[in-house]
Amino acid sequence: MAMEIKEPRIGVFVCHCGVNIGGFVDVPDVAEYAKTLPNVVHAENNLYTCADDGLTAIKNAIKEKNLTRVIVASCTPRTHAPLFMRICEEAGLNKYLFTFVNIREHCSWVHMKEQEKATAKSKDLIKMGVARAVLLEPQEEVKIDVRPSSLVIGGGIAGMTAALNLANQGFETHLIEKEPELGGFLRKLSTLYQTQESSAKAYEGLIKKVEANDKIQLYKNTTLKSLTGYIGKYDAVLNVNGEDKEIGVGTIIVATGADEYRPKGLYGLGEHDNIITLTDFEKMVKEDKVPADLKSVAFITCSGARGQDKEYCSRICCTVTVKNAMKVMEMASKGGDAEAKVEEASVDEKAVSDKEEEKAEEPEEEEGESRRRSRRDRRGRRGGRRRGAERGEERPKERGAAVDVTVFNRGITTYGIEQELLYNKSREQRVKFVRFVPENPPKVSMEDGKLTVSYYHETLKADRKMNPDLIILATPLTQRPDAQELSKMLKVPLGRDEFFLEAHVKLRPVDFATDGIFLCGTAHGPANITEAVAQAYGAASRASIPMSLGYVQAEAIVSYVDRERCSGCKSCEVVCPYGAIQFDEEGLAEVIVAACKGCGTCGSICPEKAITMTHYTDEQLTAEALAALEEVGT
Amino acid sequence: MSEEEATASGFEPKIIAFLCNWCSYAGADLAGVSRYQYPTNTRTVRVMCSSRVDPVLIIEMLIHGADGVLVGGCHLGDCHYITGNYYTEKKIKLAKKLIEKSGLNPNRLRLEWVSASEGERFSKVVEDFVNEVKTLGPSPVAGKNPDVDKLEGLFVAKNAARDFRLRSLVAREINLTEKGNVYDKTISQEEFDNLMDSAIDEEMARQKILLMTIDGPYSVLDIASQINLSPEIVLQHIVTLKDRGLVVVDRFDGVMPLYITPKEEVLR
Ligand SMILES: Cc1cc2nc3c(=O)[nH]c(=O)nc-3n(C[C@H](O)[C@H](O)[C@H](O)COP(=O)(O)OP(=O)(O)OC[C@H]3O[C@@H](n4cnc5c(N)ncnc54)[C@H](O)[C@@H]3O)c2cc1C
Ligand code: SF4
Repeated sequence: MAMEIKEPRIGVFVCHCGVNIGGFVDVPDVAEYAKTLPNVVHAENNLYTCADDGLTAIKNAIKEKNLTRVIVASCTPRTHAPLFMRICEEAGLNKYLFTFVNIREHCSWVHMKEQEKATAKSKDLIKMGVARAVLLEPQEEVKIDVRPSSLVIGGGIAGMTAALNLANQGFETHLIEKEPELGGFLRKLSTLYQTQESSAKAYEGLIKKVEANDKIQLYKNTTLKSLTGYIGKYDAVLNVNGEDKEIGVGTIIVATGADEYRPKGLYGLGEHDNIITLTDFEKMVKEDKVPADLKSVAFITCSGARGQDKEYCSRICCTVTVKNAMKVMEMASKGGDAEAKVEEASVDEKAVSDKEEEKAEEPEEEEGESRRRSRRDRRGRRGGRRRGAERGEERPKERGAAVDVTVFNRGITTYGIEQELLYNKSREQRVKFVRFVPENPPKVSMEDGKLTVSYYHETLKADRKMNPDLIILATPLTQRPDAQELSKMLKVPLGRDEFFLEAHVKLRPVDFATDGIFLCGTAHGPANITEAVAQAYGAASRASIPMSLGYVQAEAIVSYVDRERCSGCKSCEVVCPYGAIQFDEEGLAEVIVAACKGCGTCGSICPEKAITMTHYTDEQLTAEALAALEEVGT
Repeated sequence: MSEEEATASGFEPKIIAFLCNWCSYAGADLAGVSRYQYPTNTRTVRVMCSSRVDPVLIIEMLIHGADGVLVGGCHLGDCHYITGNYYTEKKIKLAKKLIEKSGLNPNRLRLEWVSASEGERFSKVVEDFVNEVKTLGPSPVAGKNPDVDKLEGLFVAKNAARDFRLRSLVAREINLTEKGNVYDKTISQEEFDNLMDSAIDEEMARQKILLMTIDGPYSVLDIASQINLSPEIVLQHIVTLKDRGLVVVDRFDGVMPLYITPKEEVLR
């Protein structure tokens, strides 16, 4: 034991935290008690240990009393440890020789009516801290070099945005796309609800920029085959058109997007040609194949989402539904469309010539433009539109609303400033919204050879039926089937809904827990382009930090393998979530310090007791816990 | 202290809580911030991940008189270390089985998932566990007159928890039952549990033998009568232990070999 070489000199600082601790725990008594503990050479109580005078007291005591260990008994290490560790360091004490004892969150605040017991518990907790402190050892945090290059997986709008951003910062960027073309899901869409413009406008320019950028190595028809390494030094093998290619990068961005969920059989999907999904409809519009004679169209939102198959809300489908409901209205109000010719069928409505149709499309173009104008400008337009609507102008209905559009929904989520207005507009245009409860969704069947939707009208309190020509299901975005494989290769997790899981939902939204790997776009969950692009900038920016610095500081809390004891059984490799264990020529385990996160899973499974967890050794944990059992304290 | 005495004197259990830094410990912090009150019986040791908690460490606590041990981790799927808590589950399962074999109630060990946002739940968990331990009464091995058999049982269990085979099995339980072995074959949970149970029984028996032979030498018959196993089975174990160098023949009593644990092994 280190103790025999040099007796540790421990200083204990007990905090009142005003009345937060002092009001429920006899702080001076606790500090007096601390003085009686072995190796404690100094103990005091402070009104606020984290305030200037408290911090100065720590620094002074370290110098004057030659403290080699510092214990602060106050709030929680989760917020205050970095501060006190820094103070120790400033006073020349290795920060790993600092011990935190929590007597506020874990004591005074939860035992407010039992002051004696709370005081006794505080004493116990400090005794445990002392037992731990005696066994602590100084630790060094090593620096690890980071290569200034990145691998971006997925060439959708998110991946392309991230890759361009990194390349423009001067980092060598490898962008891989498994399909023959860049663009991702947007390729399947007709117009975007933000602009009503073709989705191609959103990606074509980007593709050109990506292809022209000489800092971007672009690989199409390419997937990741294998990956080894850790932040700063990832070695990847790519599968490029069936051939292996090795590259080395410092960081990785996952932008693999998402797929549309197609629940076979749900509301008859896949059983009838006229039961389709939103994406099918987008394709129809894009290819000008929407039947001209539509009299009645039904949308059903949340198909397979929000508790029906998938638990989550896919967020974008409501707005896409509203946009497409209006699209159907518009097409019909123009008295059919160009496709009518191709689709032959109902000729009676085809009074409108191609010329007229072109004219009718103009305002749409203009509207697209208007999105780019200032907010004030738009407000003016909106007001104008509303007034127009009030006067009864431009209403498709007045133009003889040729089609009946019903949106069966469980509440409409057209979140966002613009999108909510789109919803209002759709109501003005007489799109019908019929609510249903999850327990009683509409039923789709064939009756007398006709598609039939039977539903319960919540407002009318009556069972009703309708016969749409087309049923369009708003199904959620869902994870791609090969994500599981990718998640294993990168050693990053998928969450409950199978989407890639960020390190922290609020504080680290585009990081993975594994250092050096980031995520953006719909790979992380349903998002629109605006959000996917914002995430892409976030991910690129996060990835650029270690690359610009050129190094990362590795954790000091890591596992360490004693080669004398290791038998090469590989148990540690099996349980390590980070692939941080590798085996040398002799088949003995070795920890990749840069990859180890210090969880200790391996240490408490190694059958040979060959693994030591620094800063959380068996001896330290045992001593700390046993101190609580030594005598009565409750 | 007997159970009746304990209730009469208002028995206050001593409970060690190992809480993971990211979820349970944070949940306990939130309980504090929200002022959810709970009994004062727990003493917390912060670990980075609940999977750091070695079954050996848990049993050590019981040996030293803890009335209960609480292990807190993140909810499955939410582990800060991705899959750490799946292994916590397996480690706790082993620890519970060993505790039961040593004659203590396995409910003295409890595993709970508490997230950083579940402050109220943390306080409920503590309250509930304290109440449960109160009904179980003081640990039979705590205090001045510990139940020697059970204490010995715990020592045996602790050594078994160090065993190579048991630990390797725990490490591979998920792979074997869910992902498949090197030949891509999975075994059913039931098959695995059976395998594990017999391994535990064998290891407990071997550790009992070792505990005796440390103070040896003893003959197979001596051992068999002492630990209530047939001499054939004891002989089998002795052969295994001899192979591992954990027992050696000390001398012969007539033709009967007497076994002892060599000094180096006792210290290891
Ligand atoms: C019906 C519908 C309508 C929509 N309408 C709009 C709209 O109007 N406005 C709007 O803002 N948003 C809309 N969206 C959402 C929009 O599609 C997404 O926000 C956007 O596509 C997300 O881009 P991404 O780059 O994250 O993912 P994706 O576009 O899915 O791109 C991911 C790319 O990664 C590639 N990839 C996947 N796995 C791998 C791998 N293992 N290796 C290599 N490459 C891989 C894929 O091939 C793909 O090219 C709509 C979505 C749907 C379903
Ligand atoms: S678990 Fe222990 S013995 Fe097995 S390979 Fe890892 S370090 Fe070596």
